[in-house]
Amino acid sequence: MSNIVVDKSKVPWWVSNVIVPLVNLTLALLVSGLFVFIAGENPIEAVKLIIFGSFGYIQGFAYTLYYTTNFIFTGLAFAVAFHCRLFNIGGEGQAYIGGLGVFLVAINLSFLPVPIVWLLAIFGAFLFGAAWAYIPAYLQSKRGSHVVITTIMFNFIASSLMIYLLVDVIRDTNQMAPHTVKLPEAIWLPSFEAFSGILGIKIRYSPLNLTFLLAIASLFFVWFLVWKTKWGYEMRAVGHNTQAAIYAGISPHKNIIIAMCISGGLAGLLGVNEILGVSHKIQAGFPAGYGFTGIAVALMGRNHPIGILPAAFLFGILYQGGSEVTFEMPNITRYMFVAVQGLIILFSGALENLFRPQIESFFVRRLNREVNA
Amino acid sequence: MEFLSDIASLINSTLRISTPLVFAAMAGIFAERSGVIDFSLEGKMLMAAFVAAVGSYYLGNPWLGLLLAIIACVCLSMLHGFASVTHKGDQVVSCVAINILIIGLTTALAAAWFGQAGLTPTLNEDQRFLEIHLPFAEALRDIPIIGTLYSDILSGHYVFVYLAYLSVPIVFWIVFKTSFGLRLRAVGENPSAVDTAGINVFAMRYKALAVNGVLIAFAGAHLSTAVNANFFREMSAGRGYLALAAMIFGKWHPKTALIACLLFGFTDALQIRLQGVELPAIGEIPVQLIQALPYILTVVLLAGFVGKAIAPNAIGQPYIKER
Repeated sequence: MSNIVVDKSKVPWWVSNVIVPLVNLTLALLVSGLFVFIAGENPIEAVKLIIFGSFGYIQGFAYTLYYTTNFIFTGLAFAVAFHCRLFNIGGEGQAYIGGLGVFLVAINLSFLPVPIVWLLAIFGAFLFGAAWAYIPAYLQSKRGSHVVITTIMFNFIASSLMIYLLVDVIRDTNQMAPHTVKLPEAIWLPSFEAFSGILGIKIRYSPLNLTFLLAIASLFFVWFLVWKTKWGYEMRAVGHNTQAAIYAGISPHKNIIIAMCISGGLAGLLGVNEILGVSHKIQAGFPAGYGFTGIAVALMGRNHPIGILPAAFLFGILYQGGSEVTFEMPNITRYMFVAVQGLIILFSGALENLFRPQIESFFVRRLNREVNA
Repeated sequence: MEFLSDIASLINSTLRISTPLVFAAMAGIFAERSGVIDFSLEGKMLMAAFVAAVGSYYLGNPWLGLLLAIIACVCLSMLHGFASVTHKGDQVVSCVAINILIIGLTTALAAAWFGQAGLTPTLNEDQRFLEIHLPFAEALRDIPIIGTLYSDILSGHYVFVYLAYLSVPIVFWIVFKTSFGLRLRAVGENPSAVDTAGINVFAMRYKALAVNGVLIAFAGAHLSTAVNANFFREMSAGRGYLALAAMIFGKWHPKTALIACLLFGFTDALQIRLQGVELPAIGEIPVQLIQALPYILTVVLLAGFVGKAIAPNAIGQPYIKER
């Protein structure tokens, strides 16, 4: 037990928001290195491969940014709900259903002018994701069913529902595999290859597409919504102290519902990147764990857009560099990176106070000494 | 008679399928009664399944595998305690971290060591638990009713099935009839009062988490060294969450939690039977809907259409000793 008492007001912002998270991240990565060692590979070599895979060549870097796009959406999704003290673990299912929204809008309205189809498809993704989050939100608010369990259950249910739809309802009947037909090429979101041609860079293929800009816009959207609007203030008040919020005339029910719906909607936007931008069809299991990774991204980024952007980028590096590692090192599978996520959640979420008092008091003492000197 | 034997086999599979849920729900009762949220039942069950399978593969004895699984799960429980009791971290975040860490770590290590896409090697008969046939089960089989009850329902289960149902009255006795149980519940309801009475709140919560780790290990070992003969990726398949829902539905009480677990087990046993069956008036139900039934049931039960659940008062709050 640490008995260090630190005067919070004397701690510089960069100590608690930059130094402490970096120390926690370092710890998580050190333990990850140990796991890589246990699996029978050299952790230093793995780091080299990760850096080469994610930065070493232009296509790799494009992949890094493509993953970053997904993690921005799912990270923001978790963060918005978290400010209302709601643990939305259902990003995976909401993204899955959001993908259905994109596809249904795009395939049925593809005759409209292209930018309008895009806007409507984005709206469809948001709406479907929000709808899937609405039921757990309602049950949490009205019936007190813990949102962690219900959102997890809704992940399982979403998966069953989508498999059913992909096998029996919207499957491309010319194919055996459970996926839909491709969307018409005219409405695909322009990919990075198209732009790189203009810039004079030649690459064969990259999944990076225009959705990246949508992700950046979402960062601003969330920042504005949560910190600059009355609703955002009310929502944080409910999250911080529900009783006080009720006393101030704020409805917890309304705020829980809105927070979860925006959260689900943001997770749904992952469908825009995956379906309108990359594969142009719904494939079984396309959210591939991005929803869960969002939890780690948000906790590492301290649930703030300014932190989520670098955290999402870091996970982009881990994913893209990680695929390089799994390619080169037979003993490492992509599940190793799932474990790394778990460690990052552990050290930057649950154990965030492990060294915080020591680090903060260290800096406060040093700064005091400078003032006195 | 065929109808009767159908019922018997349905009850038999209900008992078997409910077993990991019962262990997990009992484990959950210890943690949550002491005021510590435990969503990490899922991860711990998976860890136990992995360690038990690997342990008995190398050591040649399923009991040694179980022992290792117990050690691993108690360690995970202690990690949860270290984060959420000692360092007052967020309990739900700690659980989510453990779950994701274990999903990744078990599959990654299984793939690294055995290379078979996250599968551990199949255990032979010496390395796994076998069904126990109660004495005279064969001789009594032909006696009507008693024979069915004894030979088809009670006999022929894995040791874990009997242990699970035995654990329920024991847990009930510990939690409600002993002074340890009284302190446990008090720590979960009003930790400062317990502290005033001179009982160490932190130590009580760690003890509760240790018991929790032991119990959940049985659930995992049942999955990988009894009903299955190896570990495979994400083999716990949400059972930790189902058990937690059963426990909440059972109002943190062993007897009612047991009933909820049996209900889940029954739904699961029924869903296996319903696949591909044409129902009158409805026709064939899509297999995906049937598979999703336990999860839908969880949501329905949690929505408390049968009464609202009241959690232990101090649940989820780290205890801060006043200076």
